[in-house]
Amino acid sequence: MTLADARLGELLTICQVSGHGAFRRRLLEMGLLPGTKVTVKSVAPLGDPIELLVRGASLSIRKEEAATVSVTVNLTQLPRSSHQ
Amino acid sequence: MTGMGPDLVSVGVPQKQSPPVVLLAGNPNTGKTTLFNALSGESARVGNYPGITVERRSASIFVHPHKGTRQKADLVDLPGAYSLSARSPEERISLEAILGLAANPEPSLVIVVVDAGQLPRNSYLLLQIMELCVPTIVAVNMIDEVSPRPDMADLSARLGVPCIATSARKKQGIAELRGAIDAALLSAKAPSPSLAYPAGLLAALGKITQALPTSWKLTEARKRPVALWALISLGDDELRDIPAELRAACDEVRQVRGEFDLDMEIVRTRYAWIEERLHQGQSEGASNPPKRPTSERIDRVLLHPVLGFLVFALVTLLLFQALFIAADPLIHLVENCVSFAQSLVVKTIPHGWPRDLLAKGIIGGVGNVVVFLPQIALLFAIIGLLEDSGYMSRVAFLIDRVMRMLGLHGRAFVPMISGFACAVPAIMATRTLERQRDRLLTMLVVPLMTCSARLPVYTLVIGALFPPSHLWGWLPIQGTLMVGLYGFSIVATLTAAWVLGRTVVKARRVPLLLELPPYRVPHLRSIFRMVISRSKDFLREAGTIILVCTVVLWALLSFPRAPDPSPPVVSNVTSSVIPSPAQTASTQSSPGNVQRDVKTKPIIERSPGALLGRALEPVIKPLGFDWRIGVGLVGSFAAREVFVSTMALVYGIPDSDTDAQVPLRERMRTERRKDGSRPYSPLVGASLLAFFAIACQCTSTLAVIRRETRTWRWPLFLFAYTGVLAWVTSFAIYQGGRLMGLS
Repeated sequence: MTLADARLGELLTICQVSGHGAFRRRLLEMGLLPGTKVTVKSVAPLGDPIELLVRGASLSIRKEEAATVSVTVNLTQLPRSSHQ
Repeated sequence: MTGMGPDLVSVGVPQKQSPPVVLLAGNPNTGKTTLFNALSGESARVGNYPGITVERRSASIFVHPHKGTRQKADLVDLPGAYSLSARSPEERISLEAILGLAANPEPSLVIVVVDAGQLPRNSYLLLQIMELCVPTIVAVNMIDEVSPRPDMADLSARLGVPCIATSARKKQGIAELRGAIDAALLSAKAPSPSLAYPAGLLAALGKITQALPTSWKLTEARKRPVALWALISLGDDELRDIPAELRAACDEVRQVRGEFDLDMEIVRTRYAWIEERLHQGQSEGASNPPKRPTSERIDRVLLHPVLGFLVFALVTLLLFQALFIAADPLIHLVENCVSFAQSLVVKTIPHGWPRDLLAKGIIGGVGNVVVFLPQIALLFAIIGLLEDSGYMSRVAFLIDRVMRMLGLHGRAFVPMISGFACAVPAIMATRTLERQRDRLLTMLVVPLMTCSARLPVYTLVIGALFPPSHLWGWLPIQGTLMVGLYGFSIVATLTAAWVLGRTVVKARRVPLLLELPPYRVPHLRSIFRMVISRSKDFLREAGTIILVCTVVLWALLSFPRAPDPSPPVVSNVTSSVIPSPAQTASTQSSPGNVQRDVKTKPIIERSPGALLGRALEPVIKPLGFDWRIGVGLVGSFAAREVFVSTMALVYGIPDSDTDAQVPLRERMRTERRKDGSRPYSPLVGASLLAFFAIACQCTSTLAVIRRETRTWRWPLFLFAYTGVLAWVTSFAIYQGGRLMGLS
């Protein structure tokens, strides 16, 4: 599964950042490393881009690039903040 | 803010030739600029980084490297960045400034500003800077937003650099930061973090260090971090002046070790170091409840599919209101002051060209400059509020889908939409865009938007040449044309952005990576300072060009001088003069269709401007324009609305601004050629409207682009491409219309 098709509010763990070149490097440098926890917080009203919550910060990337980040659903911890 | 002032340099301190340089670095949204203001007082200067048109703000501060002495130092605000690694020239600025490369002076100290609530992520840039072995201190800013407060002594020990808690907005910790700057300048101690890079990577770096150019004058300790920088930056970049040898060495290492793992290895090692120091392991992140619940709640409304767009529409509307309606009284005030000064000059100085030069050339020129200030100030105040509150990022988030179709960033929305008011402030607003290419593309298309200066021309032409009747009995022709012109300009702008973005300013698509910072109450003082500095900047640089152009245009249309004000005579054209109140005063000559003799031509007709207008005639004739429109076009370079008064001047209608429109409209409507045909038919009107909608005949726009790009190349390109496009469009309309049997 990738970040592009994750459900809102689900707690995820990054397993791989594919993609290439400068943008992949930038994602890594912003802290999207394998093992990092991430949540898709919202989707822009026009369907793109999406907003991520990672390392306590809100980052926005487009779906096209979100599709390069593969994630697994974190089963041990259920999201607490998604149904407030 | 204690004891600052230019007169306080203590006597007897030996002044070195160049004062020490202190850099201010940090991620975006860390309050870096507010801290810069708090440290620098009111003395900021704005310039450009060497070799690149990215704004460089610097200020003189006083430092006390030795007890009891005082010395000036240069504080330089680096562009906000998440990392030192670079793929574009503007991203490379920070590295060059820190290393003292490319005409940058070698800095004595770097202050890294971090957000106290975002320590781990902000530490990535900090660590990169520390690796470069440059004396570093950390301002842990926005400390008032976190609780409990981290212990600074503990944090300093962990990170190996002095950390000072600050809140730039609340002016907390500024004195302590000053103390730390002094101490750091005295000790000049550089950090040396030890990172556990994989042995294989370190071995491979050897090759790259050997390929580093000697002109970079790197110390032994800096070679490895710079080699790492080259390795991670080169390969997918747009950097210039990188020796081929260095590229080759990096390529080789990337191939051997695999690019994929290489970037990961480097970034991972750094984050491992950070997490080890900050005791925040992998559980950090989304598993934590959101730290800023207020921002979350606001976002639930502002990013809502329906409500969010409503608010967005409202903000856009407010922007329009401010630029059109709020700026209007101020613009009128400027105009009134200008006319008052002009009338004062006319009253006090005897008739002659010096009087006209002063009144129309110089005072008029100054007016042409100052008249932009209300819109510039308002636009930048609004941009400041949007940026500072955190809403600008949300605007980009909401509208990115649309803007990316044009190959632009969502942030380009505000400058684009401001183009409806005036291209000049809109072009200045492109500074909020990060990429130089995006700025350029926006600058090149914004002048196509229907700005408010075009409106008087549209009103004149539509009013004069199109009947106030309805099409099919219900569609008002004049109103529809006006709406149509707005629609036309939007389509033209979008098309131009699409085409130019794929040709002239072609660049690789850069994916969006946008931080949505927490909402904060805007810091009004900082915004006010920015508005003042932008306005000054405009007056000083673009203003000079605009003033000179106005004087030159005045001279073109005013020489040689006629001995007396004389009635207008138009050769070759018979006029059916319907005397209007304004006209009767000067031209009570020809009742009926009588061709007037060329006895006394009006000044303007023998002026170089008229010669230009006539010289233009062969070029503009296929568009249906006569030489008088040519003169009007020349005059409209001062500002588009000057077209109206220049046309009035050609017809000898007394130039009284407000009243000129009515008689001029009559004249243009009733004008007949010898054969009785109308020189200004609706078809000519349509052609003229199209020309004005597209052509960038506005020296102010060209001047401000020259100011922003530091070269005449882009303003000239803009002038040429809009000119050709306008000509072709008008040609198609006029000749097409004639083919269809219209006259």
